Amino acid sequence: MPVRTAEIAVNWLGVETTARLVEIGKFFVYVGDVLKQSVRKPMRTSLVFQQLEFIGNQSLNIILLTGFFTGAVFGLQIGGIFQIFKAEGLMGAATAKALTRELAPLMTGFLISGRVGSAMTAELATMRVNEQIDAMEAMGVDPINYLVVPRFIASLAIIPLLCVVFIFIGVIGAYATGVWIFRVDVGIFIEKMTQIVNMTDIWNGLEKSAVFAVLMSLIACRYGLRASGGAKGVGIATTNSVVVSLLAILCFDVFLTYAQVKF
Amino acid sequence: MIEFKNVRKAFGKRVVLDDLSIVIPPGKITFIIGKSGEGKSVTIKNLMGLMHPDRGEIVVDGEDITRLDEEQLRLYRRKFGMLFQNAALFDSMTVGENVIFPLREHTRQPLPAMLERVEQVLALVGLPGIQHKYPTELSTGEKKRVGLARALVTKPKFLLYDEPTTGMDPLVSEMIDGLIVQINRDVPGVSSIVISHDLKAALATAENIVMLYQGKVALAGSPQDFRKTKDLVVRQFFSGSVEGPMEFL
Repeated sequence: MPVRTAEIAVNWLGVETTARLVEIGKFFVYVGDVLKQSVRKPMRTSLVFQQLEFIGNQSLNIILLTGFFTGAVFGLQIGGIFQIFKAEGLMGAATAKALTRELAPLMTGFLISGRVGSAMTAELATMRVNEQIDAMEAMGVDPINYLVVPRFIASLAIIPLLCVVFIFIGVIGAYATGVWIFRVDVGIFIEKMTQIVNMTDIWNGLEKSAVFAVLMSLIACRYGLRASGGAKGVGIATTNSVVVSLLAILCFDVFLTYAQVKF
Repeated sequence: MIEFKNVRKAFGKRVVLDDLSIVIPPGKITFIIGKSGEGKSVTIKNLMGLMHPDRGEIVVDGEDITRLDEEQLRLYRRKFGMLFQNAALFDSMTVGENVIFPLREHTRQPLPAMLERVEQVLALVGLPGIQHKYPTELSTGEKKRVGLARALVTKPKFLLYDEPTTGMDPLVSEMIDGLIVQINRDVPGVSSIVISHDLKAALATAENIVMLYQGKVALAGSPQDFRKTKDLVVRQFFSGSVEGPMEFL
C-alpha cells in the first residue's frame, strides 16, 4: 500500500511539473510573439495613444497622492532616526535615495498592477468569454497585434514616466516633513540631496520601472487572453493576474537590485 | 467548394471528428446539424483554421488549408464572414465601428466608401441608421443582425452561422432564418453554412443538410432525403425522443 501511495505521489509530481514547464514554455512563446508583433505593421498608433491616456493620465492622481504620502511618511521615519544622531540634514538625501532606487519603481509597479493590470485582464477576459476575441481571429485580425501590443508599448513608454513623477512628488513630501517638522534648513536639504543622489540612482530606478512595466502588461494580457468560464472565469483571471504580477515584480526586484549593486 | 477528407480531431481520449468526410457545395445553404457535443463547432473551427485536425485534409477551392501557416491562414480567413452564437459584437465600439472594423483592417478604401458600405449592409439586414448605437442598447435579435452585417461587409465567399437561432423566440428565429435565405439569394456567389440543432429550421431553409453523429456523418442530403430516411438515429433526432439508439453523453 505505501508503495502504491508513493507511486501516485511521484506520478502526480511528474504531471504537475510537466504542466508547469509547458505553461512556462507557452509563456515564452507568447512573449516572443508580442515582441515580433511589436515591430510588425500595422502600427496601431491611435490604440497606443488610447492606452497612454488610460495608463498615464488616469493613473496620475493616485501616483501623485501615493507619492506625496510615501515621501512624507518615509521622511518622518528617517528624520526621527537621524534626529537621534543630530543628522536630520541628511533625511532629504536618504529619502530621495530610497525613492529613486527602490520605493518609486516598486510602488509605481504595485499601483499600476492593481489599477491598470487588473483592468487590462478584466477587459480582455470579458472579450474572450464573450467570443469577441474569437470573432477578431475569425476576421483575420491577430489579437496579439490588436490588443496586446498597444498595451505593451504604452506601458513601457508611460510607466517609467509615472515613476519619475512619483520620485518628484515623493521628494516634495519629504521636503514638507523635513522643513516644517524637523526644521531642516532648505539649503542643507537640497544640497545634501543633490550631493548624495546621482544620475545612476535615477537610471537604476527607471530600469526597474521599465522591467516592471513589461512584466505587468505581459502578465495582465496573458491572463486576459486565456480566460474561460464566464463571469467567474473573468474574476479568477483578474485575481490571478494581479497576484502573479505583484510576485513577479518583487522577484525581479531582488535580481535587479543585486545586479545594480554588484555591477 | 469545401471538402473534408477523413478529418480526425480528438481532445485527449475523446474523438470528436472520426474520419469525417463531407462535401459542402458552392452557392447553397448547407446546414450542419447534430445534438450538442457532436463536433459541429469543432468542424467550423477546423474549417476556419482556428483549430487544426490531427489528420485528414480540408480542401477549400482546391487548396488544402491544413498545410497553411498562421500568416496564410489569416489571409485565408478573409474569405469567410462569421455570425457567432451571441453575435460577439465589440461592446466598447458603436454599431458603425463594429461593422466597419473588418473593412478598416483589410481594405484601403477611402472612409466615405467604407461608410457607404456599412449603410448598405445595415439596410440589407433591416437596421438602417443605427450606426451610433452601442451593442448594449440593442435587442438580442438586433445584435444578431448587426453581427450578420459585420460578417457581410467584406463581401465574403462563405458565410458561417454558429447556432443563429439558439435561445431566440420563434418570431426572431423565423426572421433570422428568412435573412439567411434572403442573403444567400441576393448576395451573388455566397455559400452559407449553418451550424444548428434546429431541425425544423434546417428542413425549411437548407438546400443541403449534413447530420453528424459520433464524429461521423449520419446522413447527408437534401431536406427530402431527411424526411424520407429510415435511419433510426436520424428519425430519433427528428422526433426529439429520448427513446432510441442515439447515445447521450
